[in-house]
Amino acid sequence: MTEDQVQQIVIDIINEIAPDEDTTGLKADINLRDQMDLDSMDFLDIVMELRKQHGIEVPEEDYPKLASLASCGEYLTPKFNAK
Amino acid sequence: MQPTRIVITGVGLTSPNGNTLEEYRKNLLDGVARIQMIDMRYMGSAGATGQVPAGVCDFDPKKHQTRKELRVGTRAGSIAIYAAREAIANSGIDFENYDKSRIGVYVGTTEHGNVETENEVYNISKFEYDTKFWTHHHNPRTVANNPAGEITINMGITGPHYTIGAACAAGNAGLIQALQMLRLGEVDLALAGGVSESIQSFGIFAGFKSQGALGSHPTDPNKVSRPFDKSRNGIVVSEGGCIYTLERLEDAQARGADILAEIIGYRINSDASDYVLPNPERQAECMRQALDVAGIKASEVDIVNTHATSTPMGDIQEIKAIREVFGDCPTTYVNNTKSYIGHCMGAAGALELAGNLPSFHDNIIHPTINVDELDPECAMTNLVINEPLKVDAVKVILNNSFGMLGINSALILQKFED
Repeated sequence: MTEDQVQQIVIDIINEIAPDEDTTGLKADINLRDQMDLDSMDFLDIVMELRKQHGIEVPEEDYPKLASLASCGEYLTPKFNAK
Repeated sequence: MQPTRIVITGVGLTSPNGNTLEEYRKNLLDGVARIQMIDMRYMGSAGATGQVPAGVCDFDPKKHQTRKELRVGTRAGSIAIYAAREAIANSGIDFENYDKSRIGVYVGTTEHGNVETENEVYNISKFEYDTKFWTHHHNPRTVANNPAGEITINMGITGPHYTIGAACAAGNAGLIQALQMLRLGEVDLALAGGVSESIQSFGIFAGFKSQGALGSHPTDPNKVSRPFDKSRNGIVVSEGGCIYTLERLEDAQARGADILAEIIGYRINSDASDYVLPNPERQAECMRQALDVAGIKASEVDIVNTHATSTPMGDIQEIKAIREVFGDCPTTYVNNTKSYIGHCMGAAGALELAGNLPSFHDNIIHPTINVDELDPECAMTNLVINEPLKVDAVKVILNNSFGMLGINSALILQKFED
């Protein structure tokens, strides 16, 4: 799985948990919270959906690594590929 | 000293047969019930999904909430927000410029949290009951103040909010709480009434079924809720909500409000006798005490809106209580609203009252429908059955709402005449 594909998985999850947000044109290197209205509860939802839908665990100390799409891709891709 | 006069100046509601007071009232006068069969987890045989009769509301939740709010919040919260926003619109209050710290929110609920807890247990059952799949939304969804709190978040209200847990007397209890807080000067405007999301909880249906109190009809869901009919066999669980704006009379008049009614009497008492079975002696006492508070005689009441839920025993007991208080009142008429919408639980008292408020202006009493054969034990001279009744004048309505653990409430409203 490529980082682009993993980024798309994260975007799909965001579309589910924040259905009012427009995720088209999100910039990969900029923090998600600077581009849309996401709060800490939303990030917990992202973590939960990664767990439920994909069996991916994100320990609490790694939450900052979900800050942007690029960092999500970088951090999560090895986890997806290790499955 | 005369207590401060409290008036109703706005109403917002969603009922299984109407999302505005106008639509709801029209259906009550036209005899239009709206109950449907819905799928319910575990209510079939051997744990399969089965079908149960229920009253379902079809308001547009996106009218006042974002999709994210709907995803995070509860159905009770959504119903409460819809009803509260509609009440504010109906009241004509300049909400934008109103001091939000002077608004109180008092929402009656029969129960809260069952739906969300059942859903989460079901969710983790798909993951071998591993609680790491349990949602972090669980606690804010299930705290008892949830529906009232969701109103404050949605509307930016910073005054007090809480729910009033009073079983199926909760709708009346919400209004009574609001009246008291206005009289105490704690708030200047109250949003108050009741809500129910109970149709999403299999436990409510299963509980009534185990109790022998879940209604059924061989062919027609709209005939399941049939208070006072000889063949009645139980309750229809419904969702719904009704929120009013309440103000002190002087404040309402100062802003030129359209006053829908004045609350002149109320009473809540307790049977202190059984968890489930009603107690007509205490019910009669509750109505009499509400009349005392209002300072009126029983014969001055034009409509008694019954709580009767279509259970074999409960309906008889309530009629017994009403006969005792209103037996010698030739112009006091008795009706029931659950025959159209089922039992809206925490919303029942507030919603059923709303269905009768227009009587102050049209002088028509909506009937109780679905009475094919009146149970002689429920017979009363002035029971309004199957056809609306036009009378000379409706000036006083008494609204009964009773609940489990023996909680009784009676609320008395008067047509506002300056």
